[in-house]
Amino acid sequence: MTELTSPATVTASPATVTHSTVQPRHRRARLPRVRLRALTKHAVLITVGLLMIYPLLWMLASSFKPDALIFSEPGLIPTDFTTENYTKGWNALSHPFTHYLINSLLVVAGAIVGNVVSCSMAAYAFARLNFRFRRLWFAVMLVSIMLPIHVIIVPQYVLFSELGWLNTFLPLIVPKLLATDAFFIFLMVQFFRGVPRELDEAARIDGAGHVRIFTSIMLPLAAPALATTAIFTFIWTWNDFFSQLIFLTDPDLYTVPIALRAFLDSTGESSWGAMFAMSIVSLIPLFLVFLLGQRFLVRGIATTGLK
Amino acid sequence: MAVAREFSKHRKAATTAAKAPPTRGDGKAAAVFLLPWFIGLVLIVVGPLLASLYLSFTSYDLFGDPKFIGLENYTRLFQDPRLAKSLQVTFTYVFVSVPLQLAVALGLAMVLDRGVRGLSFYRSVFYLPSLLGASVAIAILWRQLFGTDGVLNQAIEWFNGIQPLIQIGTHGWVSDPEYALGTLMVLNVWTFGSPMVIFLAGLRQIPEMYYEAASLDGASKFRQFTSITFPMLTPVVFFNLVLQVINAFQTFTQAFIVSGGTGGPVDSTLFYTLYLYLQGFANFNMGYASAMAWLLVLIIGAMTALNFFASRYWVFHDD
Repeated sequence: MTELTSPATVTASPATVTHSTVQPRHRRARLPRVRLRALTKHAVLITVGLLMIYPLLWMLASSFKPDALIFSEPGLIPTDFTTENYTKGWNALSHPFTHYLINSLLVVAGAIVGNVVSCSMAAYAFARLNFRFRRLWFAVMLVSIMLPIHVIIVPQYVLFSELGWLNTFLPLIVPKLLATDAFFIFLMVQFFRGVPRELDEAARIDGAGHVRIFTSIMLPLAAPALATTAIFTFIWTWNDFFSQLIFLTDPDLYTVPIALRAFLDSTGESSWGAMFAMSIVSLIPLFLVFLLGQRFLVRGIATTGLK
Repeated sequence: MAVAREFSKHRKAATTAAKAPPTRGDGKAAAVFLLPWFIGLVLIVVGPLLASLYLSFTSYDLFGDPKFIGLENYTRLFQDPRLAKSLQVTFTYVFVSVPLQLAVALGLAMVLDRGVRGLSFYRSVFYLPSLLGASVAIAILWRQLFGTDGVLNQAIEWFNGIQPLIQIGTHGWVSDPEYALGTLMVLNVWTFGSPMVIFLAGLRQIPEMYYEAASLDGASKFRQFTSITFPMLTPVVFFNLVLQVINAFQTFTQAFIVSGGTGGPVDSTLFYTLYLYLQGFANFNMGYASAMAWLLVLIIGAMTALNFFASRYWVFHDD
């Protein structure tokens, strides 16, 4: 429990997280047996890695092949390279694909702002303020993390349709502004608890109020936790299919996952090349976030079990 | 693995917040900071939760008013053959694919743990699929990989061609009710990266001296695994298990896309959440869907409770 209260849970020094700087556990003389073992290890890792990545590479390669070649030519390098799938797929639906990308980005941006602002505020209260029934509210918050969305989606749908919010982005953004992704509150509470109390005591003696302490001390120090929240919100919202499928039925408002599904339904099995091309396009933002945010991702998962 | 530890001692979790409280009350400030969360809790979580409990006793199609019908939705649950089928599909999926996924994750975490060169590269490669796995794009890819003229069948034909001894039959894996669920299980196992990263963090917490002592006593690698690594890692295994079981129960996107939104062929991929969606948002049986939702809460709650209960007998705490 003591570890929990130190910032190390989220900002663990690179040495404890990335392992690359840690000395190997068994550094012995380089006997042939040891070398053989290392080789087998790498062979296993490379085989598994290739098996894992092969489907992705295959989809990438297929997106540059004419439809006729996708299923007749098993190799990864296209013998007949074409970018036609991308132009075809881009304009296959009622709007160019840019439209859906922009819709998805709008929803993602709203969700990120919502989660970062509202969850950090709630987390500050749980981590630093003393109020009645704090333990009880904290427990309620923890339980709400486990609640499957399917349980509340039906009344939410009724509520949002009464408000006239169906076919707007509001049902996807407003809940985030109201901190309903309680997981991130938990993540940030862990982090805030690790910030030394002396810092806010000192600020309080200098006359700073809670708002000032929160904005000038806590938030800047919690930048890694905020980044983790933003990255996971991006990935989850970008991939989210269930709620977008339910709340967005107007083709003007389709986000990327819903557009892909509409594409699949309308062309069926006939134009796999274009289908793959747009699938690749939809994965690129995730891949970029993965490359840029890997540091935060690995810490986030290792400390909280986020997916 | 601090969080995993807290997780397995969940009762304590709620109380740690109260340690070393500041001496004066901050009621007003707290009200301001908690306001968005509280509004959300009341309007978007607890309100709908209660509403869904009420709706589960009604017949409601979204257009008329809800009509109170008592326990009828619940008695219908027990007579609905498609519901039974969806439970069977979901439980099979959870009980087969989650242990498999965790076994692969633990196995590779063990290989990666002992100072492999290029660790961060391998870790990235293995982790990537778990980021992409929930997307529609990957579900579309899956539908193709396991289709009648998909990559798997091409690979099987190639394998059958290069040697005469082992001949494997090809199938339309996605369109054959016997195998369709299997392809989705493979997809779940494919996303073993995130539990693997958690295992890696857990392995790093095991003190090196235990292994040194064991080698001095002549313990084999296998013995070290069964007597040191696994017992020390059980809290992390438990944490992963609870998390992945909850996730697996809520599988929706992949089944929806791969089966074209039907749960087919012959309901073989009719996941519980997919059936709930069909009842609620395709047939507009909102009352029945609410009853289904509450059954899901009960099931997930019971599974989690069972997990916690069973954990007393196999999870080891080093304190």
